Amino acid sequence: MAATPLLELRGIDKSFGPVQVLHDVGLSVYPGEVTALVGDNGAGKSTLVKCISGIYPIDGGTVTFEGNEVAIHSPRDASALGIEVVYQDLALCDNLDIVQNMFLGREKTSGIVLDEATMEEMAGETLRSLSVRTVKSLRQLVASLSGGQRQTVAIAKAVLWNSRVVILDEPTAALGVAQTAQVLELVRRLADNGLGVVLISHNMNDVFAVSDRIAALYLGRMAAQVKASDVTHSQIVELITGGRSGNLGLPAEKPSEFIDITPGEAQ
Amino acid sequence: MTTTTTTTAGGIQAVKPTVASHIRDYWGRVRGGDLGSLPAVLGLLVLALIFGVARSDTFLSALNFANLFTQSAQVVFIAMGLVFVLLLGEIDLSAGFASGVCGAVMAILLTNHGLPWYVAIPAAMLAGIVIGLMLGVLVAKLGIPSFVVTLAAFLGFQGVLLTMLKGGQNISITDEFVKSLNNGNLSTAWSWGLAILAVVGYAGIQLNRVRSRAARNLITDPIGIVLFRIGGLAVLLFAATAVLTQERAINPAINSLKGVPIVVPIIAIAMIIWSFVLGRTTYGRHVYAVGGNTEAARRAGIPVDRIRISVFVICSFMASIGGILVVSRASSVDPNTGGSNILLYSVGAAVIGGTSLFGGKGKVINAVIGGAVIAVIDNGMGLMGFSSGQKYIFTGLVLLAAASVDALARRRASATGS
Repeated sequence: MAATPLLELRGIDKSFGPVQVLHDVGLSVYPGEVTALVGDNGAGKSTLVKCISGIYPIDGGTVTFEGNEVAIHSPRDASALGIEVVYQDLALCDNLDIVQNMFLGREKTSGIVLDEATMEEMAGETLRSLSVRTVKSLRQLVASLSGGQRQTVAIAKAVLWNSRVVILDEPTAALGVAQTAQVLELVRRLADNGLGVVLISHNMNDVFAVSDRIAALYLGRMAAQVKASDVTHSQIVELITGGRSGNLGLPAEKPSEFIDITPGEAQ
Repeated sequence: MTTTTTTTAGGIQAVKPTVASHIRDYWGRVRGGDLGSLPAVLGLLVLALIFGVARSDTFLSALNFANLFTQSAQVVFIAMGLVFVLLLGEIDLSAGFASGVCGAVMAILLTNHGLPWYVAIPAAMLAGIVIGLMLGVLVAKLGIPSFVVTLAAFLGFQGVLLTMLKGGQNISITDEFVKSLNNGNLSTAWSWGLAILAVVGYAGIQLNRVRSRAARNLITDPIGIVLFRIGGLAVLLFAATAVLTQERAINPAINSLKGVPIVVPIIAIAMIIWSFVLGRTTYGRHVYAVGGNTEAARRAGIPVDRIRISVFVICSFMASIGGILVVSRASSVDPNTGGSNILLYSVGAAVIGGTSLFGGKGKVINAVIGGAVIAVIDNGMGLMGFSSGQKYIFTGLVLLAAASVDALARRRASATGS
């Protein structure tokens, strides 16, 4: 296993007005590994992803990419580094075909004419490298694809650009059993191809099926980042719901950190 | 769910399609709700057959055939522009009067100011671009629904046109070049030359595409289908040219009338240019993307607002050419140029031809085919002695039928998912 992380976040803080959503969050993404990012609703998973992808600016902390500190101000900066995000709602155009969707916004041209042949070749190669065999034709409209196939196209779109880190937001949330298995297999293959993969998921079975490391967020803090082989299913659930599990996780809250809001007696 | 996720043996390199499988695929797409221009083409054939049988002496005459083009030029041009607006799921209700205003700009410059056509025509086109820019900015930047913006502009331009014509004067034009645009005919030699050029050019592009894709081991359309397309175009164009190069004047000795109307190549060039822009350039791809999923387009880094403004500019620009052509045909402009049914016919033409009102689906050729349907109804019913009222009712029903086909196809597409 690679010793140095591909992408490393340290001490990330992020507030929206008076509400601090992320407190001192650290996360390491290693090449060739799937890092699962888990946490309850509102724990800050999506905010963290948006900070990494440049949609939200961070208030404090550092982002290190391949050992160099970087500043990501926009989604374009993130793509330039090779960080791609596959959002839950996929962001595909139903009225365009697979190739057109994969190259959307970054079309290859020769002169002013779209270079369809090159794009089709590159799309085909990318899908082949991911061992995708479930689409009939590259010129199929995305509208005609199943949920799993759409997810596949969205992931392929993310890896088309020699990406280094791919962040997947709940890729299996809307899928059936067979399609979930296929997508998880694809996620594993991305890591095996040497990419750093971040998988956001609520489903513990999925998390344990593919991930090497698990990072659990609890109320905007990183409760723990552990090897998947070192923990059990129930420990992760405890980390998600309570922020700690045995000697893992955040230190127990001290009573002094709380303000007494019970009416009557002052403290 | 009809789609299966079983693996196909050939992986993503699917088997080379044969003529039979190509036709099967096409039929599958039609059944799945992707009808394209098919209903309009079938409708055109049926209507032509009915009118041809009922009024074989007049409807099928070469004179009437030529008239179809000149009568429908304005509607076809506005409809081609509207395709772009409709692709984003927007609407431009002001395109009719915008074309009238632009036509008036040209007429006033020609007649009142005595300027030559090469000043007046670009000025009219520029007026169209300015109008489109204004509409587009209001829709994209202020976020007013296009329906409201263009409805206001519809009323406004009607007033502008009246004011420009000093309360309803009729301005006639005498410039021979402008008048020839939608009245003149090509010589027989030019007619045949352009028809042959079009077929050879089309064949060259199609065959070159097959060759270059085959060279890179990509799937190509079966050669039989490609040859069928080229042959079909050749038969269609040569037959039309043969009819149009016949003498069609009632008394040829006084005034000979033959050759392809000049407006036909004008329509063809506009159609080719805009089809190229939509189908082969990054800009066109982005128009489809914004129409299909605005959010996805935005995330892909496409400047959504600029695309939205640009389609209104294209629409009003095309409307200005429509205005120039209708003024050319009538040799004059009046307060109702571009008014009455012009806009509704244009929207109808785009939709009847297969452009979706829901955005994201449509081609420039849809506008031309739909425009032909409208022109044939208008012309044929007129020849059969139906009143204007009856023509409007029938055209309305055809538009309703086309919109129903669009809505049903959409439902079907989401239901079958194949």
